[in-house]
Amino acid sequence: MSELQEPKPRNPVRALRRPTLPPGGRSRAALRLTAAAAEGRFELQHCFECATVQYPPRSVCVNCLSHRLEWREVSGAGDLIADTVLHHSNELYYRERVPLRLGTVKLDAGPVALAHLHRDCAAPSRVTVRAHLDKSGQAVLIALPSKDTPNMADDPMLREMTSDPKFRKVLITDGKSAVGQALAKALVEAGADIVWLGIAEPWKQGGGTPDLPQTERVPLDLTDEKSVRDLAGVIGGTVDILINTAELHRNHTIADRGTETARAEMEVNYLGLMRLAQAFGPAMRARAAERTGATAWVNLLSVYALSALPSHGTFSASKAAALALSQNLRSDMRRAGIRVVNVFPGPIDDEWNQLVPPPKLAPSALAKAIVAALRDGVEDVYPGDVAQDVMTRFRESQKVLERELWDQ
Amino acid sequence: MSVLVELGAALARGSVRVIDLSQTLSPRFPQIVLPPEFDQCAPFRMEEISRYDARGPGWYWNNLSFGEHSGTHFDAPVHWITGRDLPANATDTLPPAAFVAPACVIDCAAEAAQDADFLLTADHLRAWEQKHGKIPDRAWVLMRTDWSKRVDPVAYQNFDDTGQHTPGPDASAVRFLVDERDALGFGTETIGTDAGQAAHFRPPYPCHTYMHGAGRYGLQCLANLDLLPPVGSVVIAAPLKIQRGSGSPVRALALVV
Repeated sequence: MSELQEPKPRNPVRALRRPTLPPGGRSRAALRLTAAAAEGRFELQHCFECATVQYPPRSVCVNCLSHRLEWREVSGAGDLIADTVLHHSNELYYRERVPLRLGTVKLDAGPVALAHLHRDCAAPSRVTVRAHLDKSGQAVLIALPSKDTPNMADDPMLREMTSDPKFRKVLITDGKSAVGQALAKALVEAGADIVWLGIAEPWKQGGGTPDLPQTERVPLDLTDEKSVRDLAGVIGGTVDILINTAELHRNHTIADRGTETARAEMEVNYLGLMRLAQAFGPAMRARAAERTGATAWVNLLSVYALSALPSHGTFSASKAAALALSQNLRSDMRRAGIRVVNVFPGPIDDEWNQLVPPPKLAPSALAKAIVAALRDGVEDVYPGDVAQDVMTRFRESQKVLERELWDQ
Repeated sequence: MSVLVELGAALARGSVRVIDLSQTLSPRFPQIVLPPEFDQCAPFRMEEISRYDARGPGWYWNNLSFGEHSGTHFDAPVHWITGRDLPANATDTLPPAAFVAPACVIDCAAEAAQDADFLLTADHLRAWEQKHGKIPDRAWVLMRTDWSKRVDPVAYQNFDDTGQHTPGPDASAVRFLVDERDALGFGTETIGTDAGQAAHFRPPYPCHTYMHGAGRYGLQCLANLDLLPPVGSVVIAAPLKIQRGSGSPVRALALVV
């Protein structure tokens, strides 16, 4: 398909479009499809008794009525057996987007599914079906060409389900840190229109901000309500993607200091996110429906938000608070169709993890993972080996993990 | 009594003027920076409680948070380990007489403009006395550098890879004020009473070490010292009465004729 052109600015005298959402109701069973899609996996129910793979999700097996159903990842490969174009819908969201391409796919895994259809697909052909979160934050299926086509990511429906930085305006809340710097580079390479780099306490020497053409330094201190509101007053109405990389990290246990460090970490990691949400959230929600509108909000958390690492106790606690806050933010932003992406890295290779043995996550690898998450439209990311390992163990047994983190 | 009656009349006439020596307390004004392994002085922050809105329809007010050593502020002797066992060494026990005192202003503006690491020495003070007379007992000695005119926080803090570069006194100047004169304290326009590189002096932070060890005080982040005469002004700088406080922001004022 033809390459996406840089969108024109909005006509300022035209009424602002209000966000509409695709149908968001799901059964409890179907939410498991969403849970897998949130991490970029396509999972379907497999019957333990008769091995039937079924779609759509149900409470019992469609073949043998067993309730012993297991969610397992499937490849998504299949045959597109029919395609059609939808010209009318009573759903406001679809009504605004017709004509829509839909297709029927016989999945190699077994079931036949109705899916959104990428513009480069035509029946009959081999396709790859993926479960993607839509603007409601719920999983829907989309059939993509089995082999990459030019400008494949520019398909309008796929772009509805992802937050590709291409042509978008991005704010990185801490542009001084190694992560912020690496991220700026990755976003410019990904075709971002502009990358604003938040700079707090400019008198403290940080890494020199990269001399990239599409970047601009802006004052932003998350501990200062006025600073956050002042910046929102200037660029809040144009930010498409907000990436909150600001964090304060000291390697203290909860017992070896007073509360100064703990409070300072909370000021940035927890209350800083709250100040951002209050200042930038409403403006981003208001313009989420525009073609050039706001699309995503990324929070840099820590895998130790799931279960505390006592050697970095105050930091873990502040990130756990930030995770809880981020879940609230996701619930708010969902009403406008803006995706909140939580990133849960293990130890990042920086000065505050100096004594943590490898493997440590390089800032450039973390930046790559964040850009990939935006492109793939996932909402929870566990980048790197440590994060993957901690997340897996967290799901197996929180209690076992809690004990295992004691002496790390 | 007649002195005060006369002062009141002079203030009303405007023949005695009040100069504001204070920086505005705002989140933009920088706080002192310690190496990150130490706990930090919280920066000045204000968050609205309400502003004639749903949070409080008829009134506007803020919650403030800041370290004791924020903005234009007063250092009490208990701030430093050398002054920790002195009597009346904290903000709630300091003698109130210390809050109103004459001031001597040493003009180092030209030197500081030339050299950010300029150090005031005992010889400079002796030379000043040649011109303006002996530093009176219980007088503030204020080092004018025009540093307060650096409104850009980056220029005000003036950090590079080797730390902060701001002017201050050397050990000889502080010893002179404490041992040979009876100075009430030392005041600067910079973020501390000691120079930016004072961690490398012997002893480190001589002004804090000797001044507070001798029960004397400090004033820093002062402004408008260029509006004061070398001698003849009276400084009013009262810290908040914080229980066992080591210091406090002040609204520092000077009376001049």
